[in-house]
Amino acid sequence: MSESQIEADETVDARGAACPGPLMDLIGKIRDVDAGTVVLLLSDNEQSRTDVPEWAEEAGNELLAVEEREDHYEFYVEKS
Amino acid sequence: MTEDIVIVGGGTGGTVLANDLADRLEPELDAGDVRITLVNDDPDHVYKPVWLYVPFGQREPEDGRRRLQSLVDDAVDVRIDRVTDIDTDAQQLRYHEADEPIDYDYLVLATGSTLAPEEIPGLAEAGHDYYSEEGSEALREELLSFTEGDLVLSVVGTPHMCPAAPLEFVFMADDWFRERGLREDVDITYTYPIQRVHGNPHIAEWARPIMEERDIEIETFFNAESVDPASETITSMEGTDLDYDLLVTIPPHRGIDLIAEAGLGDKGWVEVDKHTLEAEAAENVYALGDTADTGVPNAGSVAHYQAGVVGQRLASEIRGRPATATYDGKTLCFIETGMDAASFVEFDYENPPSPAPPSQKLHWSKLAYNESYWLTARGLL
Ligand SMILES: Cc1cc2nc3c(=O)[nH]c(=O)nc-3n(C[C@H](O)[C@H](O)[C@H](O)COP(=O)(O)OP(=O)(O)OC[C@H]3O[C@@H](n4cnc5c(N)ncnc54)[C@H](O)[C@@H]3O)c2cc1C
Repeated sequence: MSESQIEADETVDARGAACPGPLMDLIGKIRDVDAGTVVLLLSDNEQSRTDVPEWAEEAGNELLAVEEREDHYEFYVEKS
Repeated sequence: MTEDIVIVGGGTGGTVLANDLADRLEPELDAGDVRITLVNDDPDHVYKPVWLYVPFGQREPEDGRRRLQSLVDDAVDVRIDRVTDIDTDAQQLRYHEADEPIDYDYLVLATGSTLAPEEIPGLAEAGHDYYSEEGSEALREELLSFTEGDLVLSVVGTPHMCPAAPLEFVFMADDWFRERGLREDVDITYTYPIQRVHGNPHIAEWARPIMEERDIEIETFFNAESVDPASETITSMEGTDLDYDLLVTIPPHRGIDLIAEAGLGDKGWVEVDKHTLEAEAAENVYALGDTADTGVPNAGSVAHYQAGVVGQRLASEIRGRPATATYDGKTLCFIETGMDAASFVEFDYENPPSPAPPSQKLHWSKLAYNESYWLTARGLL
């Protein structure tokens, strides 16, 4: 996946948050934004790699991309 | 010169801290070198865990109230007032009942959680809760006369106070209806925002089989979006509709507004170093208990342990010594698994919880802890 083109409208930095912190933080942000908004979640929690895609699918939001950085992951989620 | 320590919030964390400091700093207080003020916006200290038992008719809200003054060491100035503004650059705060701002040398925020049901359309009107005094009394009215239908317990907001309390409520309700021969006529459904039944994977793993065994229906990935009081339906962001006859929720939680206004953190939670409990955005400001954003549960036990850490650090600072005490994430929690059985967990930043097998002994331990809480608040336990 080449994610460099994706521009996030909002960023949630959940690095350092214990599980299930990052997913909860993402859900909280998705609640607050309008449809079509792209939210970027930063998480260094391994569990997020399964949690976030599972929830995005369940909630019908689109996971546009997942990027692996040196010490964290980036998840781009668009609110449907 | 007298150094002023102001503690905002006379709940569990603030009260334990005030008594801890009165003890630690006795010589300085006697000499007039230090003044400790504990500000609370209610003349009573309120012990919230009592509310879990109110809907089942087992406790009265008054059981969770005592005069704050009666719990606090005489060396502490107790002020019943509301802090309305904090200026961390000037090291000043404002009281509702005073015209002039007050200076502080050290500020501790222990302002707890507030409920924000208005964030979910329909929730305030249709939902019941046991997370407030009025809520627990109103729920009691409903629950005591509830004999059949769908009881839905929905965890709407996280973080919320006492992460175990939603599990406790459904376990207790299950047992309570069974004992009364009504369980066949009452369906109990539990909803949770993520794919597990609890935020902590170890507790979730332990709780799920117990729920299944006891026919408590589970809806995970359920983030309430709205409630329709007319059709008695709660709808999730994930597109699931649930019908209810009695809706009990854990409403969204927030800290108090002035924390965000003072630039100390979002939604009323103070951004802190999770070991030293110092505010990230200001000097000489600490936060503890629910309002300190450490990622550990919002629990009285946490507020209690954190108060000990802040007490030691402040005493060191007052005496001009390096502060070395740190909080290790210690959390302790009894979890009711029915009307006469409970489990117990203990964990910290490094060590995950491993719930103890439920027993009657642990249930009695929880009740005994609740009774002896007043000694804890006084700093005697
Ligand atoms: C139903 C229920 C069951 C629970 N069960 C347990 C349990 O079994 N075990 C456990 O450990 N925890 C339990 N808890 C959680 C526990 O009650 C809280 O985590 C704990 O009270 C947090 O302490 P605190 O000092 O941070 O805040 P609080 O105890 O909430 O105190 C905050 C205080 O600050 C005051 N205040 C707020 N703003 C201002 C202001 N601007 N000016 C002046 N005063 C202000 C408030 O009036 C309040 O007195 C439970 C909670 C609930 C709701």
